Amino acid sequence: MNLVLDIAWTHIAARLRQTVVAVAGVAIGVGFSIMMAALMQGSQEDFVRTLVNAMPHVSINDERREPPRQPAEEAFDAAQIRGLTPATRRRGINNPIATIAALESWVPGAVTPSVQARGILRYGGKDVASVIVGIDPQREPRVSQLVTQMKQGSMPALYRATNAIILGDRLAEKLGARIGSNISMSAGTGKVMTGQVVGIFRSGVRTVDEGTSYVLIKTAQVLSEQTGLINEIRIRLNDPMASRAVADRIIADTGLKTVSWQEANEDLMSAFVIRNIIMYTVVGAILLVASFGTYNIISTITFEKSRDIAIMKSLGLSQSTVRRIFILEGLAIGLAGALGGAVLGFALTQAMLMVEIRTGFTDSTHLPLVVAPLHYLIAGGVALASSAIAGYFPARKAARLHPVEIIRGAT
Amino acid sequence: MSRTIIEARKATRILDGIVPVTLVADIDLAIGEREFVAITGPSGSGKSSLLYLLGLLDVPTSGAVLVEGRDTTDFDDTERAAARLATLGFIFQFHFLLPEFTTTQNVMLPMRALGKLSMGQMKERAEGLLSSLGLEDHLAKRPDQLSGGQRQRVAVARALANDPPVILADEPTGSLDSKSSEQVFQILRDLVDRDGRTVVAVTHAMELAERMDRRVHLVDGRIVSDQRQAPVAGVPATGG
Repeated sequence: MNLVLDIAWTHIAARLRQTVVAVAGVAIGVGFSIMMAALMQGSQEDFVRTLVNAMPHVSINDERREPPRQPAEEAFDAAQIRGLTPATRRRGINNPIATIAALESWVPGAVTPSVQARGILRYGGKDVASVIVGIDPQREPRVSQLVTQMKQGSMPALYRATNAIILGDRLAEKLGARIGSNISMSAGTGKVMTGQVVGIFRSGVRTVDEGTSYVLIKTAQVLSEQTGLINEIRIRLNDPMASRAVADRIIADTGLKTVSWQEANEDLMSAFVIRNIIMYTVVGAILLVASFGTYNIISTITFEKSRDIAIMKSLGLSQSTVRRIFILEGLAIGLAGALGGAVLGFALTQAMLMVEIRTGFTDSTHLPLVVAPLHYLIAGGVALASSAIAGYFPARKAARLHPVEIIRGAT
Repeated sequence: MSRTIIEARKATRILDGIVPVTLVADIDLAIGEREFVAITGPSGSGKSSLLYLLGLLDVPTSGAVLVEGRDTTDFDDTERAAARLATLGFIFQFHFLLPEFTTTQNVMLPMRALGKLSMGQMKERAEGLLSSLGLEDHLAKRPDQLSGGQRQRVAVARALANDPPVILADEPTGSLDSKSSEQVFQILRDLVDRDGRTVVAVTHAMELAERMDRRVHLVDGRIVSDQRQAPVAGVPATGG
């Protein structure tokens, strides 16, 4: 064995109890860091997955990013005119069939038209506001998970009843409606229709489940009192993470307001960034505290071994060799702690996976965890680096010891 | 004429502090090959300080120390360590063996630091040195399993590990009983007479100093006498 290794090993092996405590400190830090990272990333991915499944990846509607210029502004460019009544614009996406065809030619995914209307659902004297989405049941499965999210009834049942409607489970609960209930739908236009509940779905996203209902496109068009209205085109991409780029291109091509799922949930995405910063700060603090244990033992060894250090230097071991011995001791503790921590982290993660838990936020019955090698690498790397630093300072002190002072003191 | 192997030229060592302390002053001393030199003097006279300067463990405040003709004034830590490893062997009053290592491992330590031999060769040499000093039955023992005299013999074996031409000993018999002292003295004597090495030993024991070839006496950090007791041809005595 290499001399430096040999001496380092001898030192830490001779202080087994202290070494075990220091290694355990690092291992606990690493283990809990791994478990925490798995939990944080797991919950984030689970949430994003639920979100991505519950809504279109890209949504195009008939609004515009920039308000349209009014005719008076077009006619009198240099003058500012106040108090004009804006020209009424026909709602909906112009020429939706051609727009969809154009999109289908390049968008890597599925495209479907829909009509979105805001209205009030009434049943048994209760009024609940809802987004009423008109869909094409044949195209819908290509862009949403509605088929798989059905708890009762089925999506094709929309064809089987007059003005059939599918409700989110929380919405149905609020209304007190069940399958077969006849509920009243009224839109902002004042149009009131009666429809039959043919299905109940649960997406797992609370805002969707308590505020969204589905009808046929035709029903939504009648409710909006505009034949042929398509005011939303929904897109599901093969790669959800490409949504921003696709949305940007659609805006550039069509000028229509196009929102990716990330943009629609910008506040949540920002919250995840903040959450991750907090997580890594906490993990860093845990590992920093663990490194104090390493610092402590290396300091103790250098103090106890000052005479040996002096004698090794008098024999001809250089400062750098002495420094390497103690840094290596710190690294050895860090490495053992990182390995032990990896095992502990894996065990903790597996134990957490077995915990059954139910929240009102998601459908998960088990904690969502992600076992990623990167977590092990980061936690292990930080542990090793902090142990090396914890070993470096006493090592530097040891290397600078003047052998004569120690030898004089001993004699 | 014997070649000078280690030399101090106007070497002075002053300890910094509120009140600076002069350990040794204006030391001119040339020590040749195959010399057995005693450095004597009362407590606090600078004997050990001079030995540490000669052994490159300390750096003179002014003046110079030459080892095998090379001026070490501008040596950095690594060069000084390398010179100690290859040229000088140290024996201290207390054995200073590493307590976790066996006697063989302790003797192998300087060899491993120098790194010129294979592990097998180092072990063979370490065991040979220990056996030559009568420790063949204690090769695998740790220092705490040995008597004071045995430990000091292990320290001698360690000093000889890299076959250095110069052995520096600081009170090598200071902590030993008379029998062990005699044994260690005889070993040092053999290193000079049989092996042709140079031995410089700091000692309080006048009866031992009188049996060495040359005696350098210090008082208050200065050489007051440098007597050749059993003259070695061609080596001039210097100093006071």
